[in-house]
Amino acid sequence: MAAAAAGRGPGCGPGDSPEGPEAEAPERRRKAHGMLKLYYGLSEVEAAGRPAGPDPLDPTDLNGAHFDPEVYLDKLRRECPLAQLMDSETDMVRQIRALDSDMQTLVYENYNKFISATDTIRKMKNDFRKMEDEMDRLATNMAVITDFSARISATLQDRHERITKLAGVHALLRKLQFLFELPSRLTKCVELGAYGQAVRYQGRARAVLQQYQHLPSFRAIQDDCQVITARLAQQLRQRFREGGSGAPEQAECVELLLALGEPAEELCEEFLAHGRARLEEELRSLEAELGPSPPAPDVLEFTDRGGSGFVGGLCQVAAAYQELFAAQGPASAEKLAAFARELGSRYFALVERRLAQEQGGSDNSLLVRALDRFHRRLRAPGALLAAAGLAEAATEIVERVARERLGQHLQGLQSAFLGCLTDVRQALAAPRVAGKEGPGLAELLANVASSTLSHIKASLASVHLFTAKEVSFSNKPYFRGEFCSQGVRESLIVGFIRSMCQTAQNFCESPGEKGGATPPALLLLLSRLCLDYETATISYILTLTDEQFLVQDQSPLTPVSTLCAEARETARRLLTHYVKLQGLVISQMLRKSVETRDWLGTLEPRNVRAVMKRVVEDTTAIDVQVGLLYEEGVRKAQSSDSSKRTFSVYSSSRQQGRYAPSYTPSAPMDTNLLSNIQKLFSERIDVFSPVEFNKVSVLTGIIKISLKTLLECVRLRTFGRFGLQQVQVDCHFLQLYLWRFVADEELVHLLLDEVVASAALRCPDPVPMEPSVVEVICERG
Amino acid sequence: MEDDAPVIYGLEFQARALTPQTAETDAIRFLVGTQSLKYDNQIHVIDFDDENNIINKNVLLHQAGEIWHISASPADKGVLATCYNKTADGKVVTCAAVWRMPAELEPGGHESPEDAASPAHALELLCHLGPAAHGSTACVAWEPAGDGKRVISLADNHILLWDLQESSSQAVLASSASLEGKGQLKFTTGRWSPHHNCTQVATANDTAVRGWDTRTMSQIYCIESAHGQLVRDLDFNPNKQYYLASCGDDCRVKFWDTRNVTEPVKTLEEHSHWVWGVRYNHSHDQLVLTGSSDSRVILSNMVSISSEPFGHLVDDDDLSEQEERSQEPPQDSVIATYEEHEDSVYAVDWSSADPWLFASLSYDGRLVINRVPRALKYHILL
Repeated sequence: MAAAAAGRGPGCGPGDSPEGPEAEAPERRRKAHGMLKLYYGLSEVEAAGRPAGPDPLDPTDLNGAHFDPEVYLDKLRRECPLAQLMDSETDMVRQIRALDSDMQTLVYENYNKFISATDTIRKMKNDFRKMEDEMDRLATNMAVITDFSARISATLQDRHERITKLAGVHALLRKLQFLFELPSRLTKCVELGAYGQAVRYQGRARAVLQQYQHLPSFRAIQDDCQVITARLAQQLRQRFREGGSGAPEQAECVELLLALGEPAEELCEEFLAHGRARLEEELRSLEAELGPSPPAPDVLEFTDRGGSGFVGGLCQVAAAYQELFAAQGPASAEKLAAFARELGSRYFALVERRLAQEQGGSDNSLLVRALDRFHRRLRAPGALLAAAGLAEAATEIVERVARERLGQHLQGLQSAFLGCLTDVRQALAAPRVAGKEGPGLAELLANVASSTLSHIKASLASVHLFTAKEVSFSNKPYFRGEFCSQGVRESLIVGFIRSMCQTAQNFCESPGEKGGATPPALLLLLSRLCLDYETATISYILTLTDEQFLVQDQSPLTPVSTLCAEARETARRLLTHYVKLQGLVISQMLRKSVETRDWLGTLEPRNVRAVMKRVVEDTTAIDVQVGLLYEEGVRKAQSSDSSKRTFSVYSSSRQQGRYAPSYTPSAPMDTNLLSNIQKLFSERIDVFSPVEFNKVSVLTGIIKISLKTLLECVRLRTFGRFGLQQVQVDCHFLQLYLWRFVADEELVHLLLDEVVASAALRCPDPVPMEPSVVEVICERG
Repeated sequence: MEDDAPVIYGLEFQARALTPQTAETDAIRFLVGTQSLKYDNQIHVIDFDDENNIINKNVLLHQAGEIWHISASPADKGVLATCYNKTADGKVVTCAAVWRMPAELEPGGHESPEDAASPAHALELLCHLGPAAHGSTACVAWEPAGDGKRVISLADNHILLWDLQESSSQAVLASSASLEGKGQLKFTTGRWSPHHNCTQVATANDTAVRGWDTRTMSQIYCIESAHGQLVRDLDFNPNKQYYLASCGDDCRVKFWDTRNVTEPVKTLEEHSHWVWGVRYNHSHDQLVLTGSSDSRVILSNMVSISSEPFGHLVDDDDLSEQEERSQEPPQDSVIATYEEHEDSVYAVDWSSADPWLFASLSYDGRLVINRVPRALKYHILL
């Protein structure tokens, strides 16, 4: 309604405004009044009764509060005509009459009501009086009750306090009773073995006892308790020590002991000592397995047992320890670490011993599996006891074993190679007894090469197991990098090739230079083997290795070319040595033949000396032998009948040219001519010169050495006429047969010429034989 | 440098025997013995005039036979010993004799060699070293430091010690020893050690080198198979008493410490054929000369096993330590290879007068006189 009034207010405002300013002011004032009336809740009906009614302050309003009869009458008299006045007067009279009657009715009615009200009030008056009396009585009674109540309270006060006190005493007594009973309870608990209960009791009582220990009786209890507790502790320890029960019970014991307030440190020690005892037991059993008895369980079983027994035990101990003594600070952790380290190292020592026993074996897969188990097993305690460095140590052991394994493979390869060589030697020695020469040298070479290669491959394959994906340690940096590059490639493969070369070279330096130590064929074979390695095998093996072991390491690797160069050098040395050796054999033969003969008193030559035939035979044999393994090589162009042609030059014209002056008395001519002729051969003959890898070069070397020896020996002797002729015959024979072996036949001629020339010089009576006779003798021989 | 150029002298005959005139310490003089079966053999006395680079020769006739070995007395310039071949009854025997050179040839009594009218002087025989009963004499060695009265000769498997008496006109066999063993043992060469008061002699037979005590004539050491093949020559280090060099048909030169003969101290393998001669320089024992039948002469610097392994330290003590240290220890090396010869070189030797000069002799009769390279000489001296 207020809202409606408010809405109406503004709505009227604009509508009234044209009435002018003088009409506006009272309108606004009335509106404000309306609002106030609204505020004070004056009836709307009253307001609506005279909606557009006259001003309530209008003194002419009959119903208004400010009605002034004089004004109203004046107004009527002034404004109304008589008729209207008359009407008004009659209306007024009628109204007065109506009002009078109404008033009479009202008075009547209200009178009755008033009478009844008066009666009621009278009755009430009486009732109240009665009630007042009762109230008074109640008040008195209440006072009495209060009085009584206070009195009772006063009397009961005393007793209440006593009861409270008694209750307190009761509780105390119960506690005391507990305390007094404590020893016996504890004893009972201890007897029953309910250690946990006992420890709880003890824990509850301890503080009290501690507090009242100055009282003798408590002291006694405390003492008793202490004794019992000590016994308890002792029993616990006893139980702890007996150790028949497993680690969890142990842990319980320790927990109880800790609760008993035993010194943690000592317990640590004991706990560890106990753990040690058990683990040592394990170690002992492991050690027993290691024992000297040969049928030890295989390495896999061993590491398994070690893993489950020792490592498992160690894990338990460590876990329990950490749980129990976690609160004891870093010192205890340190202790545990030391404990684990010590036992771990002993375990490792055992494992290493076992693995060392395994080193002889060849089954790599088993070993790798065993190592894998071992390594895997140790990861758990490794995580638990990072400080003890067990995992690292285990990795180290695995690495060491791997390394040793590599070394072993290297040795194996070396010994296999040596074995091959021994076989070859036997094969070389045996047929000689049977009388056959050169028994398939090429096959022997192929055998050696293939068996060596297969050994290398087998080694690579078995070493490869270490890097297999499923093996737990294969992703360690060592196995990813160093093992592959330094281990397998460098020390195993490169090492083997090097040692092979070294072994081969050692044959060159054997002191038995008289040829007994090493069969020359072996040298030849080895030389070829090294050469083959240089050309193909080395790069093949290394490629194979690099492929199998993806070598990622950055460390410097031996390049293939270096190895090849080494192999080639070895091959060259071997071949050179072969040449020297064979040359020496023939040289010795020639030397003996020249030194032991009496050249002065010899008879006219009828035959070529047997030695020369032997020399040719041997040279042929060597030629065949070398031909089995080495290519022919290049020789200087020659005609098919070169031997004849050069022979004629050598034995007739040159011979005459050289010997003729010797008949003249001019001695200087002789030597000058000799040196002049020599100057023609501008090229100096390097006797022990390096050889090339072909047959001709090898044979040339051998023949050069032999003929030079012959020359030097001839120069040391003095010849008779027939001695000279014998030399002539011999040289011609050599000439006939040796030219075909060498690269440059001129060389043979030259050397043989010089031999004959020297022999002529060493002859006081040099009468050379007729060349035709020489030829005849040679052809007959 | 002109000075470093070799001086070559040609003989008419083949020759194997070369020795410096040991007793001569002023003039550079070498004695060369020829080998000729048909003509009278000669001993060429070759004087080298260092300043003018000129060779003067005197020829002495040695009619007894071809000379295989020659050695000069360390005490008397005019006395020398030769081993020579004598052919008798279709047999060749090598004998040894001590000779005296004609007085005119001795310094001071210089006679013009162009005086062709007078025939070549002959040697005066002093004495034969014993009857040939002992066999062919391979080598004669004079007592190095003595008065030229004691001589060792090696005949087949005998080692004979002679006392020369009455101004060398008589040789008396003082003592002897012989090598017993399987097969025909023959001494090939021998050297008298200048150390131990000249009581040791080393000999070579086949591949073995043996040491002998001349007082008891007993063996004191033996290097079995010192070389792979025949041992051709020996020499003692003049400054280190236990060091011995040997060479042989295995193309190697080996250096031994006679106190430990199982392993050579050092081995050289520079030659490509038999090594016929090895000589230590008389004063600077790091210089070792070898001659071989590959026609080469090689001069090596064996500093590491010489008596002056770090250069000569004696006078350098005043020098600052740093300077000493900064110098790398010199390495063993080949100093030079001389290729003037065209035939096998059978003998090499140092001059007794000039320690920087040496001669080599090849079979074709060519004698080459060379010097140690000047740079090395100064390096050693300074």
